[in-house]
Amino acid sequence: MPDLDALLLARIQFAFTVSFHFIFPSFSIGLASYLMVLEGLWLKTGRQRYLDLFRFWLKIFAVAFVMGVVSGIVMSYEFGTNWAVFSDRAGPVIGPLMAYEVLTAFFLEAGFLGVMLFGMNRVGKGLHFAATCMVALGTFISAFWILSVNSWMQTPAGYEIAANGQFLPGPSWLAIIFNPSFPFRLLHTVTAAYLTTAFVVGGVGAWHLLRNRTDRHARTMFSMAMWMAAIVAPVQIVLGDIHGLNTLEHQPAKVMAMEGHFQSHPDGAPLILFGIPDSEAGTVRFAVEIPKASSLILKHDPDAPLAGLDTVPQQDRPPVGIVFWSFRIMVGIGLAMLGMGLWSLLARMRGRLYDSPLLHRAALVMSPAGFVAVIAGWITTEVGRQPWTVYGLMRTAESASPLAAPAVASSLAAFVVVYFAVFGAGVWYILRLMAGGVQSGESGPDAGVAGPIRTAGITPAAQATSSGSPRSEQEVAP
Amino acid sequence: MDLTVAWAFIIAFAVFAYVVMDGFDLGIGILFPTVTVGHGRNRAMNSIAPVWDGNETWLVLGGGGLLAAFPLAYAVVLPATYPLIIAMLLGLVFRGVAFEFRWRDERHRGFWDLAFFAGSLVAAMSQGMVLGALIQGIEVSDRAYAGSWWDWLTPYTLLTGLGTVAGYALLGSTWMIWKLSGEVQEHAYRLATRAAVATLVLMALVSVYNLAMLDAYRARWLEMPNILFASQVPLLTLIIAVALFQSLRKRRELAPFLLSLALFLLGMAGLGITIWPNVVPPGITIWDAAAPERSQAFMLVGVAIAMPLILAYTAWAYWVFRGKVGTDGYH
Repeated sequence: MPDLDALLLARIQFAFTVSFHFIFPSFSIGLASYLMVLEGLWLKTGRQRYLDLFRFWLKIFAVAFVMGVVSGIVMSYEFGTNWAVFSDRAGPVIGPLMAYEVLTAFFLEAGFLGVMLFGMNRVGKGLHFAATCMVALGTFISAFWILSVNSWMQTPAGYEIAANGQFLPGPSWLAIIFNPSFPFRLLHTVTAAYLTTAFVVGGVGAWHLLRNRTDRHARTMFSMAMWMAAIVAPVQIVLGDIHGLNTLEHQPAKVMAMEGHFQSHPDGAPLILFGIPDSEAGTVRFAVEIPKASSLILKHDPDAPLAGLDTVPQQDRPPVGIVFWSFRIMVGIGLAMLGMGLWSLLARMRGRLYDSPLLHRAALVMSPAGFVAVIAGWITTEVGRQPWTVYGLMRTAESASPLAAPAVASSLAAFVVVYFAVFGAGVWYILRLMAGGVQSGESGPDAGVAGPIRTAGITPAAQATSSGSPRSEQEVAP
Repeated sequence: MDLTVAWAFIIAFAVFAYVVMDGFDLGIGILFPTVTVGHGRNRAMNSIAPVWDGNETWLVLGGGGLLAAFPLAYAVVLPATYPLIIAMLLGLVFRGVAFEFRWRDERHRGFWDLAFFAGSLVAAMSQGMVLGALIQGIEVSDRAYAGSWWDWLTPYTLLTGLGTVAGYALLGSTWMIWKLSGEVQEHAYRLATRAAVATLVLMALVSVYNLAMLDAYRARWLEMPNILFASQVPLLTLIIAVALFQSLRKRRELAPFLLSLALFLLGMAGLGITIWPNVVPPGITIWDAAAPERSQAFMLVGVAIAMPLILAYTAWAYWVFRGKVGTDGYH
């Protein structure tokens, strides 16, 4: 058993690397689908505008995707490096699900990514669109499997326990894959990825509309993003509510921490809007609360009794402060997104969607909000799972590798330095691409001024071809 | 049919696929500083840009497959080689992002080229040293790694690390011979000859070291009747090596790459013969580490359905980008 410091360092390292990693897929899942829609619209309507947008976002996708790949490889090995006991014991159950993720998702994405980025003029439009669809499908399948694994750790099902302590699969893999929290978590998380992307796209559109209201590309982006906000944000709030009810059923202690309910409430629990949870005193200080509202939301009855953390043994309680706050950040952003959606509908009805600088400024401010919400939601569910890795069955403290603290401290320091430097640079490049805006006759990653493939055997005449050139338009126009 | 044996071969196949496919693009990274700045480097990079991500996916399959089929091996080897694995992962971060970043930032292209080189070198060296650490044996007690966190650092693992670097450089240079033309190709021919010499010398050293290191390994290779079968591996290696040098001298374009692949296949076969049936020498056999039959059977269904598809569309992706980079570029 590793000492306490090594355990804490391993937890910090995993939290750090997974949070960083999660940013990229939560963007690329949504963006892959958006690219599929844009290319589909281009093929259907033949409008150059959609192709320009497609190529603009494709370059951004390439940079985001590569960061998701390299930070994801780290995750696939970190289970073994830092959580060896967990890997040995849970491997027979979660290992096959992760292997299926590789077989059905990672290869699909990687296999078709090359064609999607560089192959437009080699395979033709139809096949190229098929490649784009495969990449988008791959991102979804990947989310399916990895969220199944995560859900199994939250709500384990369909397993048997061997004499040596290993979790073994029971007779039904469906019971393992579709464990009780999985369908809800999958819908809530994938929808979050779509919303995150929509607000990034909306923010980029808004930025360019603030500079030039007549920018047609910016208008299209902004309009599409605001439709997503108006339609998907309310759906997401409903999904979140259902997911919460599922958590109440299977992981009540997590919901108690989210709500800040230290005490049980036999006749109707209040909804604590804000306050400062004090775990030692077992109370929420300076609480601003609505009487009986929590029972109303969670039990659909204002007088329904709700148990508090006083019913949970001390050693089984999650840390309340982090969960309480991260949950409020997520919900707050969700409501703000709903507000943006409604505001944009109002502006659209009045025909002022593209002429409302205030709306555009708000969209710009909100553009990174999805990432914050996704990370906050992730923290809520993962910290709320503590002190367990496999909920109720295997403790985090007994899951770690037998590593000395200096080893983990060194690797953590290396990850922090490298991630901030490398991914900081990557985010900077993405922002620069976004700020550059969409050009008419936008070049793709295969032909752009800075595209990886441009230099391959080009003649001087072709070298003059850069973004906006007639040649690239003729070549690719449908 | 024993599922555990089947899975041992599947994992070995994934590792082989990874080593040869990411091997040539890591190899190009290792050789990158010797390639001329500008057209030379750009074309070398372009020759792998559409496929490197797929190549690296085999590494994830190797890791994920090991966790799924042999969880105990996964749980022992990774903590035992902790600093190497972390170094490999960080190396892969640097060289992976370089594929995109170098095109996005002309002012710092030199820096990202350096990151591409250093990341590839560190990843290759680490992979080779992990392999060496595995073969020299890992101390285990009570289903967990029981050694210290520097046990992996020995003269032997330095040799296997260097051998892997040289082998990847050979794959990278012969890939460039196949995919490029003109001056870069000429340069690649010179590199390939040197890399081939280095690879063969290091392979020989590692083989001798193996025999000297453990009685069990010596018995495996040198006792009758094993020697009759096992000796075919070094004999074939010798034949392939001669063919490789000839193909380089005759300025053949595809043959050097294929022969380098064959060298790797023989090297892997040799290692397999050495450690079989252990997955973590000296004490853990594939059956000790195996996941239960239900896990292995479930995944085997997935492999049986997905693997032919994966091989098909991967082959298609390579086919789409066939031909020389530079004569009929990618647009």
